[in-house]
Amino acid sequence: MSDVSTENYVAEARRGIADPVLQRSLTSLQDRFGRGTAEAYRRLPEGPGLRLTAHAIREKAIANLDLLLETLAEKIRERGGRVFFAATAREAVDYCISVARRNGVRMVVKGKSMVTEEIGLNPALEAAGIEVVETDLGEYIIQLAGEKPSHIIAPAIHKTRHEVADLFARRLGIRRTTHPPELTQAAREALRAKFLAADMGTSGVNLACAETGHITTVSNEGNIRMATTLPRVHVAFMGMERVVARLDEYEIILRLLCRGASVQSMGTYVSFVGGPRRPGDADGPEEFHLVVIDNGRSRILADPQFREMLCCIRCAACLNVCPVYGKIGGHAYGFAYSGPVGAVVTPLLTGINRARDLCCGETLCGACKDACSMAIDLPRMLLALRAKLAYGDPDWGVAPAGRAERLAYRGWSRLVGNRRVYELALRLAALGQRLLPQAQGMILRLPPPLQGWTRSRDLFPLAPETFIERWRKGKVPRNEHRVQSKPRSGAAGSESASLSAQHSRSDGLKG
Amino acid sequence: MATVPHVTLFIQCLVDTLRPQVGEAMVAVLERLGMALDCPEDQTCCGQPAFNSGFRKEARAAARRFIRIFENAGTIVSPSGSCVHMVRHHYPELFNEEPLWRRRAEQIAARTYEFSEFLVDVLKVENVGARYAGRVTYHDSCHLLRGIGVKQQPRALLRRVAGLELIEMKNADYCCGFGGAFAVKYPDISTAMVNDKVDHIVNSGADTVVGCDTGCLINIAGAISRRGLPIKTLHIAEVLARR
Repeated sequence: MSDVSTENYVAEARRGIADPVLQRSLTSLQDRFGRGTAEAYRRLPEGPGLRLTAHAIREKAIANLDLLLETLAEKIRERGGRVFFAATAREAVDYCISVARRNGVRMVVKGKSMVTEEIGLNPALEAAGIEVVETDLGEYIIQLAGEKPSHIIAPAIHKTRHEVADLFARRLGIRRTTHPPELTQAAREALRAKFLAADMGTSGVNLACAETGHITTVSNEGNIRMATTLPRVHVAFMGMERVVARLDEYEIILRLLCRGASVQSMGTYVSFVGGPRRPGDADGPEEFHLVVIDNGRSRILADPQFREMLCCIRCAACLNVCPVYGKIGGHAYGFAYSGPVGAVVTPLLTGINRARDLCCGETLCGACKDACSMAIDLPRMLLALRAKLAYGDPDWGVAPAGRAERLAYRGWSRLVGNRRVYELALRLAALGQRLLPQAQGMILRLPPPLQGWTRSRDLFPLAPETFIERWRKGKVPRNEHRVQSKPRSGAAGSESASLSAQHSRSDGLKG
Repeated sequence: MATVPHVTLFIQCLVDTLRPQVGEAMVAVLERLGMALDCPEDQTCCGQPAFNSGFRKEARAAARRFIRIFENAGTIVSPSGSCVHMVRHHYPELFNEEPLWRRRAEQIAARTYEFSEFLVDVLKVENVGARYAGRVTYHDSCHLLRGIGVKQQPRALLRRVAGLELIEMKNADYCCGFGGAFAVKYPDISTAMVNDKVDHIVNSGADTVVGCDTGCLINIAGAISRRGLPIKTLHIAEVLARR
C-alpha cells in the first residue's frame, strides 16, 4: 500500500491555503472544469438525468460483481491474456514484480493510474531494481519533482510552468524555457526514448466490459496507448469494481466519464484491450496481464451503507466543484484519492479513525453529489462515516469518539430536550458573554473550545431575549388577527392541508 | 366559507437565540399576506448539529421531540433551508428502522416548507409589497439550493422588491464555509472559504448580501465585520418585511 498520511489533513490543508500558486491553480481549475461539467451534463442528448441511469447501471454491476468479473476474466483468458485476482495491494505488486522478473524487465513505462498509486506500485518496482517512468505529462512532472499527485486527473495542478521550467532544466538538461509547447516537446523527446526502451508497460483501467471481455483506457496524450502497445508486456491494474455488464451500458458510463473528467464528449485516445497481440496484429504486447484488485473493496461491498461508493469511476468531477478541495488542494487528503471521493473512499480503504479529519472536515454542501457523473450521494456517506466515529463500529474497527465529545452531545441533548432548561442555559450564556470582548455589537473573541470561530470572524452575541420568549410575552409585533399559540383548530387544519396539496414538490436528485 | 390560511412557525435555533429579528420579520411578512400564525413555544432545535456530527441517537431524540411538538400543526414554515432539509430528508432516514416513526416523520416532512419556497411555490406570491433601497447580492445556501432545490424563489422575491437592484456575485452557489461545527473545528479551511465568499460579495459591488439561512449569514456577517466592510448582511425576511 502507498504511504498514508491522512492524519495530517489539518496541517496540510493549512499549507495548501497558504500557497498562493496553488490557490490560483485551484481557482482556475474550478472556474473552468466545475462550471463546464455541469454544462456538459445539460447538453447530453438524454439530458442530465443520464447520470441516474448510469448510477443504476453501476449499482447493478456492483450487485453482480462476482459474475461480471468471472465473465471478464474468462474472455480475456480465452484470448491468451492472464488475469490475477489480488486480495491486497501487496499481492498485486508482487504479481507485477514476478511478471517483470520472469520477463527480465529493466524498465517500466506507466500510463497514469490512481489504483497503482493506491497500491504503491512505483516504489515497489523501484525497490526491485526496476526503473519506472510515468508517461502522462503531469505524472512525469511530479515524478521528476519527487512529489505526489494532487488531483486525480490533473496530478500536477499545483505546479506552475515556471517551476516546471526549472525542473526540466535541472532534470532533463535542457535550456530553461517557460514556453509550454517547448516544455511539452522536451518531455516528449525524453519519453520517446523510454517508450522504445521499456520492456513492460502498465496502465490502469477506466472501465471494463464483461460482455466483450475488454478493458478500456482513456487519455488525451496518447501515452497510454504507447505504453500498452510498444513494450513486450502489458500489465493492467483495475479496482475490482470497475466493470459493467454490457456494451450499451458501458457506452453510457464512458460518455459520462469523459464529461466528468475533462468536459469532453470523448477522450482523445480511447483504447479497448482484450488480450495480447494475436497473429497478424500490427502491434500489441506479447503478454497481457490484468490484475483485479480488492485491497479493501470487498469490505465496502459488504456494507450496504457504503456499497454505493463502488459506483465511483474516479472521474474527479467532484474535485472540480468542492469548495473545500478548492481551498486546500489534493495533498491534504494524504492518499491517492483527494477531494470528496477521497474523503469517503480513503477512510474506508485505509482506516476510519486515522482519517477522521477527512470524514469531518467538509461542510456537507452537496456540490459533489450534483457534479458526480455517477450521481453518487457522497454527503450521505460522509454522514455515515461520522456516525461510525461518534459511536464506534467493531466491524470497521472504529473506536468511538472521546468522552468529552460524547458528553458534550449528551449535554446538548438534555438542553434541547426541555425548553425551560434550554432557556436557563441560554440566560446563563448571555450573562457569560458579557465578559467577552465586544465592539459595535459583535463578539470579538470566544473562549475555548469555540475560539476557532473568532480567529477570523466576529459573532453576533446571544439576543437579550429569544424569539420564542418574545413571542410568549407578546413582544413580537403582530397584526390584528392574532391567533393563540396553540395547535391549530380543525378548520385551519383543512385549509393548511389544501395549501400543502397545491404544491407539487419535485424532490430528489437534480440533474 | 372563507378560512384564514394557517401557518405554524418553525424557528431555527440560530434565529431564536442570535437573530430573533429574523423571526419577527417573517411574522410581519406572513401576516401581511393574511396568514394566521401560531408558534409552538416548546420548540428548541431540530437536531441537525448532532446529526451532522454523527450523533444520531441524540439527533433522533431531538427529531422525536420535534415530531411530537409539530404533529398537530398544518403547514409548517421555517426561515432556514438547512432545518427544512433536515426535517424533509434526514428525519425519515433517521427512522429507517422504525416504520411507525418514519411514517410520522414523512407526514411532517410533506408539510414543512422553507420561507421563500412557501411564499413562491405554495402561496404563489412574488411581490410582497416590500421596499428596500440598495444593491443586493444573493448567497445560495447549500442545503436550500442543493438539499431542497430552491434557487429561483428567493431571487424572484428580491426582484419584486421596490428600489432593490439584484446583482449576481461570482460563485453565489459556493458554500460560505459555515458547516456548523466545521467552522469551529476547521477554522483555517472555513476562514479561507468565507474570505472567498466575502471577496465575491465585495467584487459584485453590492451594499447588501441577502441569504435564507442564518447559519451562513452569521458566518458571512462575522467575516464582513472583522474586515470592517460597509456591507449589510440580511435574511431575506428582513428585506421583505421592509416597506
